[in-house]
Amino acid sequence: MARAGARSGDIETLYPRGFWPAISVPGVLWLIALFVVPFYAIVATAAGRLDPIFGTTVPEWNPLYWQPDAFAYVLNGLMGQTGIFREVFLRTMGYVLLAVGLCLLLGYPVAYYMSRLRGRVRNTFLVLMIVPFWVPYLMRIFAWVNLLQDDGLVNRILAATGFLAPQTWLDGRPSTVILGLVYGWMPFLILPLFAALERIDASLIESALDLGASPGRTFLRVTLPLSKQGILAGTAIIMLPMFGDFYTAQLLGTQKNAMVGTLISFYLTQATAGPAQARGAALVIVLALLVSSLTVYYLVSTARAARGAAR
Amino acid sequence: MTEAQAALRRPAASGSRLRTWLANPWRRPRLLALAGWGFVAWSLVPVAIAILFSFNAGRSRSVWQGFSLRWYVQDPNLSVLHDPILAHAVLQSLKLASLTMLIATPIGVALSIGLARWRGPASTASNFLMLLPLVTPEIVLASGLFLVFAHLYVLGGTRLFGTPAQLLGHVTWSIPYVVVVMRGRLFGIGKEYEEAAMDLGAPPMDAMRRVLLPLLAPAIFAAFMIVFALSIDDFITSQFLSSGEGSITLPMLIYGTGRTGENPSLNAVATVMLVLSLSAIGIASAVLQGVARRRGTGEAAARELVRFEI
Repeated sequence: MARAGARSGDIETLYPRGFWPAISVPGVLWLIALFVVPFYAIVATAAGRLDPIFGTTVPEWNPLYWQPDAFAYVLNGLMGQTGIFREVFLRTMGYVLLAVGLCLLLGYPVAYYMSRLRGRVRNTFLVLMIVPFWVPYLMRIFAWVNLLQDDGLVNRILAATGFLAPQTWLDGRPSTVILGLVYGWMPFLILPLFAALERIDASLIESALDLGASPGRTFLRVTLPLSKQGILAGTAIIMLPMFGDFYTAQLLGTQKNAMVGTLISFYLTQATAGPAQARGAALVIVLALLVSSLTVYYLVSTARAARGAAR
Repeated sequence: MTEAQAALRRPAASGSRLRTWLANPWRRPRLLALAGWGFVAWSLVPVAIAILFSFNAGRSRSVWQGFSLRWYVQDPNLSVLHDPILAHAVLQSLKLASLTMLIATPIGVALSIGLARWRGPASTASNFLMLLPLVTPEIVLASGLFLVFAHLYVLGGTRLFGTPAQLLGHVTWSIPYVVVVMRGRLFGIGKEYEEAAMDLGAPPMDAMRRVLLPLLAPAIFAAFMIVFALSIDDFITSQFLSSGEGSITLPMLIYGTGRTGENPSLNAVATVMLVLSLSAIGIASAVLQGVARRRGTGEAAARELVRFEI
């Protein structure tokens, strides 16, 4: 960049004036119309009023007339006496935290192994790791529906080996849904973790061992702290979509496993009568705030790490 | 070594192995290898079984009854070819993915070049705006899109739900990915070739059309394919913006009937979806890798073009 700027004929200025903004305009306008405006529409709907004739929610585009009713309803559902949303929110948090924890626990050794591979094996392994990214998510979950059916392969194998009595896996067990979440999202955690582990200078680990640290201590004091950014990045990457994931719970569970996304999908797109849509929009805002606080924490800690590295 | 001696040694050996894999990466990490390859097997085998049973001759999804294409073409009522709902879902997914690809890629390519060259606060803001969808949970964007199509973007009393809304949603979702794919290549090429072309007298627009765009061609092609795969995979946006029966896509079909449907051709449907998604990605990565391997070719082509221009 600096080199090009130093030349007399800077490439940017050789093109007609305003050419670069002009070719960016379609994309920017598209994102304003179909990303920024929809965001505003969520707020406007959550703060909207009821149509006097049809009784349905009408978005209130003017902030001066915003109504707090739907927010109050959702907050009351979360914290109040009755707490109709509390159970679902707590369940979602529980599922997501357990699934993320399991992903980290199971994914770390895999990423570690991958980062130590070299040559042809490494390429093969990388390709096999990337395949799940592009197998449609719902197909991957559906594959488990096949396996976990009452007469599915899992139960057949259990019956044949006598290791465990055949189970009804799909009757709303939290463990099945958590398994699905782990299965579905773990690849997305492993790759950033792998990238972080791969950057670790092997001589740091070697010198810790040479200086007499036990292997376990070396791992805890050298490898683990050095991979912190990868852990954070991977966790953020899988947590964001997991909070909105309702299809895994739907395919592998029952209504007993409903997650926040299930509520949003129901209030927003199915129950359109009365203030349902405003409540759905308020739920989206609560979810977005929850998730964005995680994102902000991640961004701040990455920035801090980058500054620390620069120093 | 007697049995007893072996039994005595084993715990010690496994203990040291545990410590070894925790810290020393240069010895043979057997437990790690087990974790690594175990994970690969765990992540791929269920999908492989689903593909296998899509070729099952019988209705069972767990007992092999012989190979057949029954669930793809032969069965007169239930196969992907003959069940109208299944066939329509395949078509709907293909239609959406193709249109999304044709709209999102040009917009995204132009945006990526523009943002890479345009300087100033408006550019920084646009760049930020472009990155936002990448850190937004899809359900949030889909909810917002649902609301604007329900209340704001209503054309003459008709709502756009169905293919038009789904298409607009998929394009919105894809544009940032195109920019990200293009960026790597844009910064990789630098500005030297265009500068050379212009130094040799090419007007700027010719330099762009005959030097920059051909150099970017592999990345543009890869972007087309990636957008196609993203659209095939998409579920939440398609679901929120659908108008019922007529706009059911492949993932929506699996979501809707995966648990309730007794229909054994669902495995075949899922396999069709997988083939569409993976072949697009396979082509994209082959093209990108081909470029990386023969780095000279694109540059040589550019030089040829410059020479021709004189």
